[in-house]
Amino acid sequence: MMTMSVELQKVSYQIKQKDILADISLELKPGVTYGLLGRNGAGKTTLLSLIASYMKPTQGKVRIDGEDPFENERTFPHVCFMYGGDYAEESEPVSVYFDAAARYRPNFDREYAEELAKRFELPLDVPINRLSGGMQSAMEAVIGLAAQAPVTLLDEIYTGMDAPNRKKFYEAVIEDQADNPRIIVLSTHLVSEMDYLFDHVFVLHKGQMLADDPSDTFISKGVTLTGDADTVDAFISERDVLQTKTLGNTKQALVAGPLKDGDEEAAKKSGLEIGTVTMQDLFIHLTSKEGEDNA
Amino acid sequence: MKPAFDDRRPIFLQIKEQLEDQIVNGQLQEHEQIPSTTKMVQFYEVNHLTIAKGMNQLVDEGIIYKKRGVGMFVNEGAREKLRQKRKEAFADTYVRPMLQEAKKIGLSEQEVKHIIKTIEEGGET
Repeated sequence: MMTMSVELQKVSYQIKQKDILADISLELKPGVTYGLLGRNGAGKTTLLSLIASYMKPTQGKVRIDGEDPFENERTFPHVCFMYGGDYAEESEPVSVYFDAAARYRPNFDREYAEELAKRFELPLDVPINRLSGGMQSAMEAVIGLAAQAPVTLLDEIYTGMDAPNRKKFYEAVIEDQADNPRIIVLSTHLVSEMDYLFDHVFVLHKGQMLADDPSDTFISKGVTLTGDADTVDAFISERDVLQTKTLGNTKQALVAGPLKDGDEEAAKKSGLEIGTVTMQDLFIHLTSKEGEDNA
Repeated sequence: MKPAFDDRRPIFLQIKEQLEDQIVNGQLQEHEQIPSTTKMVQFYEVNHLTIAKGMNQLVDEGIIYKKRGVGMFVNEGAREKLRQKRKEAFADTYVRPMLQEAKKIGLSEQEVKHIIKTIEEGGET
């Protein structure tokens, strides 16, 4: 299967002089599943639209396989961007949509699409505008995966699916990435149920890239210390504390990690419990204002 | 449902230990294929790099071996090797913490021995 690479160089996007995205540089590599994490309005959809060449950046460059992808016939069919479209006017059944996908997408795997549709219990003969919102999302997920595009961008389409179908979707992503390694970007704010899918995460907040790390590096940026309040306070007095909470005389502090070997020893010796943080906790911490973050 | 992991220890170690457990108790026999990484990712809901880290350690320790393009298998002698390793660790992992706890709550050596004997005989403590 063909693979492609993606590069953004100092990309900004403005509307009426207001930065929607500011100075974003990143690289996407085949075989990696990326989590694009951000709250509502963070700029996730704008960023994916730029990669998909639905629009041009105000400043900076987008490159797919070294080429400018905007109105580029060579790269365009190899980028699949699904973003929760409006299907109110679509009276054709799903099967006709599959026909269209087969025509425009060079790697579209119809057999796989039909198998996925069965898994998601998506009927092929019902007009799309009569499907529930969740089923329309499922259809987008099916096309997004079955398109087998070297650059697959899925923008929160799963948030409309019900829990059983989300779970099936996650399983399909894992299998599909193992079978046909490519670039898969999943944007989401449902971090806790998707964290294990991501090899690498981007955290976008108010148009700024706050984190661009392999998942394990990202998670190691936070460490919890739990123990009696005085001991915790003594230990964290000269450290970068992200958050604290207390229960009676017990205190838990989230500090910037990773801890140095000596620090870890010292913390253990003074009776503190060292714990890991979840991707969700770090995401919430990074993207919520001071005082709002009593997670 | 996420299987419960202890958040104080690296998850790759815990997955590795669960696999070791299955080898020690005979659920996985020598030369039997272990579940694929994809299956483990789906089961544990843990990233495949985490799984790979645990499996690579087991390969390095000679507990499992890779067959290119097929998968991973339990090595000959893996069970005995793991049992030996656990016997060596038994004192530190189980006995020392037990004695520390006993001391903390004021149980004498005599009382501890009595509890062990009662449990062995299937009685209530």
